[in-house]
Amino acid sequence: MKRKTRQEILDLYFLDARSRLIDLAAFLDRVERASGPDDFRLKTFRKALHELSGAKKQRARRVLLAFSDPTRHPIPVATTKAACGAWPDAR
Amino acid sequence: MKYIEPHAHMVSRVTDDYVKMTTAGCAAVCEPAFWAGFDRSSPDGFHDYFCQLTEHEPKRAAKFGLKHFSWLCINPKESEDVKLAEEVLALIPQFLDRPNVLGIGEIGLNKNSRNELKVLERHVDLAARHDQLILVHTPHLEDKLKGTRLILDVLKSDRRIKPGRVIIDHVEEHTVKLVLNTGMWAGMTLYPETKCTPARAIDILENFGRERLWLNSACDWGVSDPLAVPRTALEMKRRGHRARAIERVVYQNPMTFLSQCPKFKLTED
Repeated sequence: MKRKTRQEILDLYFLDARSRLIDLAAFLDRVERASGPDDFRLKTFRKALHELSGAKKQRARRVLLAFSDPTRHPIPVATTKAACGAWPDAR
Repeated sequence: MKYIEPHAHMVSRVTDDYVKMTTAGCAAVCEPAFWAGFDRSSPDGFHDYFCQLTEHEPKRAAKFGLKHFSWLCINPKESEDVKLAEEVLALIPQFLDRPNVLGIGEIGLNKNSRNELKVLERHVDLAARHDQLILVHTPHLEDKLKGTRLILDVLKSDRRIKPGRVIIDHVEEHTVKLVLNTGMWAGMTLYPETKCTPARAIDILENFGRERLWLNSACDWGVSDPLAVPRTALEMKRRGHRARAIERVVYQNPMTFLSQCPKFKLTED
């Protein structure tokens, strides 16, 4: 397979990515307009956003790592079934 | 284009989905045992579920020309209760000889707890004793990285397990290399909100190659798309992948892995 040129990738995905970026901006505005405290999810979200603007490669991988539990040992007991998307102890 | 759907929870889907999948070129659908969205209250509930997966669902699929295969286990979401899990594990061997059963799955971890890990080890032992293929679920979102590491540690520490007979599902950019480096297979799940989008799955294919990777929809009762695999094949075409390369990922790769179970045959002998 001949890989697409940068121009071709922009042609394919720019509008979609632009739309998603505006959605992210609107989400942050929406959170800011709302009353009450935020929590660890927003703090991790802001941290992950930094991965987008730098020059380092593998941005998707590094965003996923920013949200991940980096510890190695099993937890004593599962008290819930659901994941919330960000590791609470990432502070 | 013909494709294999290697991971779909069809008991949660409507008949129209079978029609759509067959129309889109699906040649076979494989259904791992999973969580029903609520905890079953007894081993009897699992017995009935295993009958559904091995008797009823293949008949429903056959009405639309689809071959249906299944995997059996107690899902990690119900593994916190070790006593229940052990009772369910004891039920599984009686179903392993059924003609559509491919192996043990989808086992794995959910919240990465000690009991989940214990039940995972029992499943791995069961698979090893009965020489079964293994399909592994990796945890969601923030728990995936840690869970993938713990799961790989369990599998690598059991010398009876051949890496080429294990598929680790739901990999993403931060876990795919960990899995492929072990010699195991990796599955990418195409979900609208979590796991991989078609564009990201194709990025992973372009970065890591097409060896030991497959695509699946993992469609179930949640937000999911039973046509996610053919839609991603279409996206691969838009990205410039040739028809042969697309078929390798959506048909030949699952065929190669699943054919390690002699029961996985798509044509009548």
